[in-house]
Amino acid sequence: MNRRSFLAVLVFALAQALPVNAEDKFIVVASTTSTEQSGLFGYLLPIFEKDTGIKVRVVALGTGQALDLARRGDADVAFVHDTAAEEKFIAEGNGVKRFPVMYNDFVLIGPKSDPAKIAGGKDILAAMVKIQEAQAPFASRGDNSGTHAAELRYWKDAGVDLAAKKGPWYRDTGSGMGPTLNTASSMNAYVLADRGTWLSFKNRGDLTVLVEGDKRLFNQYGVMLVNPARHPHVKADLGQQFVDWVISPRGQEAIAGYKIGGKQLFFPNAKS
Amino acid sequence: MNTITESLSLAVALVARFDPHLVDIVTLSLRVSLTATALAAVIGLPLGAAIAVGRFPGRPPLIVVLNAMMGLPPVVVGLLVYLLLSRAGPLGSFGLLFTPSAMVIAQTILITPIIAALTRQIVADAWAEYREQLTSLGAGTGRAAMTLLWDTRFSLATVLLAGFGRAIAEVGAVMIVGGNIEGVTRVMTTTIALETSKGDLPLALGLGLVLIAIVLLLNAGAQVTRGWAKARFG
Amino acid sequence: MGDSESGLPIRLRQVAAAPGGVPVLSGIDLVLEAGGRTVLLGPNGAGKSTLLRVLHGLILPSAGLITWGPHARRPGGQAMVFQRPVMLRRSAFANIRYALDLAGIRGREADTRIAEALDEVGLRALAARSARVLSGGEQQKLAFARVWALRPEIVFLDEPTASLDPAAARSVEKIIIDIHARGTTIVMTTHNLVQAKRLADDIIFLHAGRLTERTPAPEFFAQPRSVDAAAFLEGERL
Repeated sequence: MNRRSFLAVLVFALAQALPVNAEDKFIVVASTTSTEQSGLFGYLLPIFEKDTGIKVRVVALGTGQALDLARRGDADVAFVHDTAAEEKFIAEGNGVKRFPVMYNDFVLIGPKSDPAKIAGGKDILAAMVKIQEAQAPFASRGDNSGTHAAELRYWKDAGVDLAAKKGPWYRDTGSGMGPTLNTASSMNAYVLADRGTWLSFKNRGDLTVLVEGDKRLFNQYGVMLVNPARHPHVKADLGQQFVDWVISPRGQEAIAGYKIGGKQLFFPNAKS
Repeated sequence: MNTITESLSLAVALVARFDPHLVDIVTLSLRVSLTATALAAVIGLPLGAAIAVGRFPGRPPLIVVLNAMMGLPPVVVGLLVYLLLSRAGPLGSFGLLFTPSAMVIAQTILITPIIAALTRQIVADAWAEYREQLTSLGAGTGRAAMTLLWDTRFSLATVLLAGFGRAIAEVGAVMIVGGNIEGVTRVMTTTIALETSKGDLPLALGLGLVLIAIVLLLNAGAQVTRGWAKARFG
Repeated sequence: MGDSESGLPIRLRQVAAAPGGVPVLSGIDLVLEAGGRTVLLGPNGAGKSTLLRVLHGLILPSAGLITWGPHARRPGGQAMVFQRPVMLRRSAFANIRYALDLAGIRGREADTRIAEALDEVGLRALAARSARVLSGGEQQKLAFARVWALRPEIVFLDEPTASLDPAAARSVEKIIIDIHARGTTIVMTTHNLVQAKRLADDIIFLHAGRLTERTPAPEFFAQPRSVDAAAFLEGERL
């Protein structure tokens, strides 16, 4: 190998970097792991792209992280599930307007052996109390996500003072839905999860759904365009097309059309 | 053991049918890490040689710092580059975040210290052997550094391989600055992380085995080349 | 470059040298004129190699003054051969070309000189071979070919045949004589008194870091002027 061929290889390697086609129309959507890992985006976005020619690049994080990303102007649209945090986001002037899009539900999952005896219950708050009293292992997201926020709400509404009652039974994993489910599966712990991620989760071990159907387990998703007044580079036009499409009859129908094993995961409710 | 055998057959199946998804992911991984290695080489090789051959105040502490930076945690590098490239950050206007270019930048920062520090060691050892002769022939510091870089090229090839290995195996940096976006910034390691978090362990492990196989192949090729070179050039 | 003026004679005035902080030479006064075949002799640790390197500008004096002709810093037109040859990982031909390039000689002129040099040392057939796979003797001859091609004013030789077999050593001695015949000044160290007798016209004797005596060679070997030199010769003869 002589000097010239070495240089040629080097130049070739450098030339491989890397601009993605500047011609493509695309937006960056900050969303949550539940929408991505449930497979919804994999189903929905090709339809959107066919209708509008716009490619969507999804960065999937926890709700807190996703909103943080949007706050910094690193995304064009935010699509998350924590109504309180979303309204705060709008109030801060980071987003233009919040539109409800769809809901899915949370389910309380646990080992078949069910040490806290909550199986078949219809009351999420009662179930949480039983888990705490039995000091049964519970895996928490602990990552500032919509699911985590919901979990904390349930403890609070059930009257459990988590700070005081926390013990070795409460496992704060600080990670996404998938990893938390993995942890719960290997520890035979109880865990709160969104139905979508659960249905597509493959490493179940001894876990099964124990409590579902309580109206309080209903999990609302909202979509917001990041405020172009604050972040001028935001692709306001393309982003607005996404927002409009997702709440349009076409988008809502597409959302309803997504099923796993014949079961619908997300229920469109933009009108309500 | 079941997961492992399942993973093995999955891996073989994926490779055998040239699964297009897999091909895309592998291609992107190679492009990102090879480019980062090339850039790190352009910076690190002359830097290492200059420190090896030069004499200037602050050289010993600089060597210590350089060696320490070999251990930069990828996730920390990722975070720093993210803060730089974020719209809210100093280099935000370039719009590089969540693109393969950002991943290249992060990995380049990660492995340049490795290449520079190891180059420094190799060139310094060669300098000890050649110093008197090169000085006698009238080579200045700059010329000597270049001559030594070329003369130690086979050992340096190993250094580049080490840098590449570190780059293609890391997940912390590319996850943060790339965003693991399907079809755009998803590489082998981030896919493995994703599949693991989805609980699809056989697929994750299968991809992992493919990754290991690729790295093994590259290393084997390099070893053969070095053997040939040693016999030919001494 | 200002180098066009000769770097000879080399003048040392009260030069001391302490490489790596260790004192080796002291109080050296010396004028080295052009044209001779000077051999440095002395017991181990006397400072012969150090003095050689000071003369070649590889070691800076820790005291005293050294000049090369009118120059305060070592000019071009010098070369050195070490006890063990140091070759680059490239062909024999390319090694010589590298040295010539550093001396500003390139292209056809360089090619001619290289061919001539390889012929002089009998290595023409190995021109394309990688230098580092050659035998020790061949590499040392290549080092001399390098000197031959450079046509320096003065060449310094540090125990040039110490690691060679007798046949190769004799070859190299002939090359040294040829180099001198072409007009290059020779300064050499050796432990081999018989070799010194064969090659030297001028002896510099060092003892414990001091220049004890400088005498024309025949006179030195017949009857040295200093006690230390006499003791040295006596010891070497035993």
